[in-house]
Amino acid sequence: MEEIYQQFIIDLYKNPLNFGKMEEPTYRAELGNATCGDSIELFIKIDSNGKVSESKFIGKGCAISQASASLFTGYLKGKSVEQLNIITKDDCLALLKINLDKNPSRMRCALLVFDTFKKAVDQKS
Amino acid sequence: MFDVDKIRKDFPIFNNKVNGKDLIYLDSAATAQRPIQVIDSVTGFYKNKNANVARGLHTLAEEATISYEAVREKVQKFIAAPDQKEIIFTRNATEAANLVMRAWGEKFIKKGDKIVTTIMEHHSDFVPWQQLAYKKGAEFVVVDITEDGQISENEFEKKVKGAKFVAFSAASNVLGTITDSKKLCQIAHDQGAVCFIDGAQSVPSVKTNVKESNCDFLIFSGHKLMAPFGSGVLYGKTEFLEQMDPFLYGGDMIREVHAERNSVWNELPNKFESGTPDVGAVIGLGAAIDYLNKIGMDKITSYEHELSSYLLNALSGINGLRVLGPTEPKKRLSLAAFSMEKIHPHDVSALLDADGIAVRSGHHCTMPLHERLKVDASTRASFYIYNKKEEVDLLVQSLERAKKIFS
Repeated sequence: MEEIYQQFIIDLYKNPLNFGKMEEPTYRAELGNATCGDSIELFIKIDSNGKVSESKFIGKGCAISQASASLFTGYLKGKSVEQLNIITKDDCLALLKINLDKNPSRMRCALLVFDTFKKAVDQKS
Repeated sequence: MFDVDKIRKDFPIFNNKVNGKDLIYLDSAATAQRPIQVIDSVTGFYKNKNANVARGLHTLAEEATISYEAVREKVQKFIAAPDQKEIIFTRNATEAANLVMRAWGEKFIKKGDKIVTTIMEHHSDFVPWQQLAYKKGAEFVVVDITEDGQISENEFEKKVKGAKFVAFSAASNVLGTITDSKKLCQIAHDQGAVCFIDGAQSVPSVKTNVKESNCDFLIFSGHKLMAPFGSGVLYGKTEFLEQMDPFLYGGDMIREVHAERNSVWNELPNKFESGTPDVGAVIGLGAAIDYLNKIGMDKITSYEHELSSYLLNALSGINGLRVLGPTEPKKRLSLAAFSMEKIHPHDVSALLDADGIAVRSGHHCTMPLHERLKVDASTRASFYIYNKKEEVDLLVQSLERAKKIFS
């Protein structure tokens, strides 16, 4: 379990990347995890070329969910709308570089941003 | 003398390692560990006495029925209920609460009636009454807590004025607060209200006497007092249980069934025990009660106070840690839910787990309380009869280490 808490994860928790609100996003969604009170609000802006020009989030939660949101929002930048549609859970988990197979509850934390992302692209704001 | 080392020897689970370390189990408020006496009673039942109860006439069936009913008598004595038929076996406390909500609430609560509960309730003593109020158009009133995490009698009295039904817990699973059940019941009764007590957290730790508290209903779960999962209890005064219709329909709750006219319900307690019960779990509940009685509930309570005093003192030494609930150890159970600056409860519990320490993080089925306290979630360390003060020290060490990792 302890190997989860690598320095880059703690650093991202303390100083998250892409953190903040966005005016007039193309996609937006908010999702919570009822068992622990975590929540993420995700914003994505698509530019005139059909690519992600900006991707941000706000939210609260544990180190894993916050670090995952920082990395995943960065990962989205520059992707085309077509590419957004084929992103999988495994793509999201791969960014964290830690194995959560034996921690199903932490897996939910890591995937909160992904689930929020799916909700956002399924219901265009 | 409370011999915790001797008690620990009865719990096989403590022979196990977690992450290569000795298990430090601080999650008894979620479920207690089981002593070998309880485990043996369940396997013994299945090996030697297994048969369905209250049905067959053969020897094995009769023996199973006798053993099952003997537990009813044990429970009756354990909570000082006047009559055995007032003890209804359910699967857990939640089912017992829902039984009262369906069988009493839906029959007697009318539009405009007032239902009262408190902000520190577990969801199982909150949601049923909230839903009952919505369904019936009744008024749903929630009593607040004091800054010290207690129920103020004045506030309680104000809120229960004119109430028809009042529900509160005898001890909070998050704040640890032990309420004055007798006093609160009396206040409810003075208003002519029916008084329901959630004893899930108190019955394992504090002597329960329904005659003294004079509550109309009391519920608790077996698994928090070391009995198997699947054993729960509803106590209800005969006059109320008699007025209520069955909660589940089927076998055993019935006296007569005819194709062309209505069925006739069975007597108490069978009227509320439809379907094959978890007989093995109930047998285990009997063994758990024997185990508690052998130690003595008064001794358990005073040991818990000793632990809670040591725990509160130790936690107060950690900077940035806020304990929820009363500051006076004697007003609480040996558990502490807390929040830590800059570390999310999930991370706290994951880092403690690496040291073999099992705690719970989240809102512990008390979202209204966490909203009231303005914390999203908390970490809870809960102690029971097999825990030692040394484990408090290890908890503190591990928390300090977690702080360092996040500093």
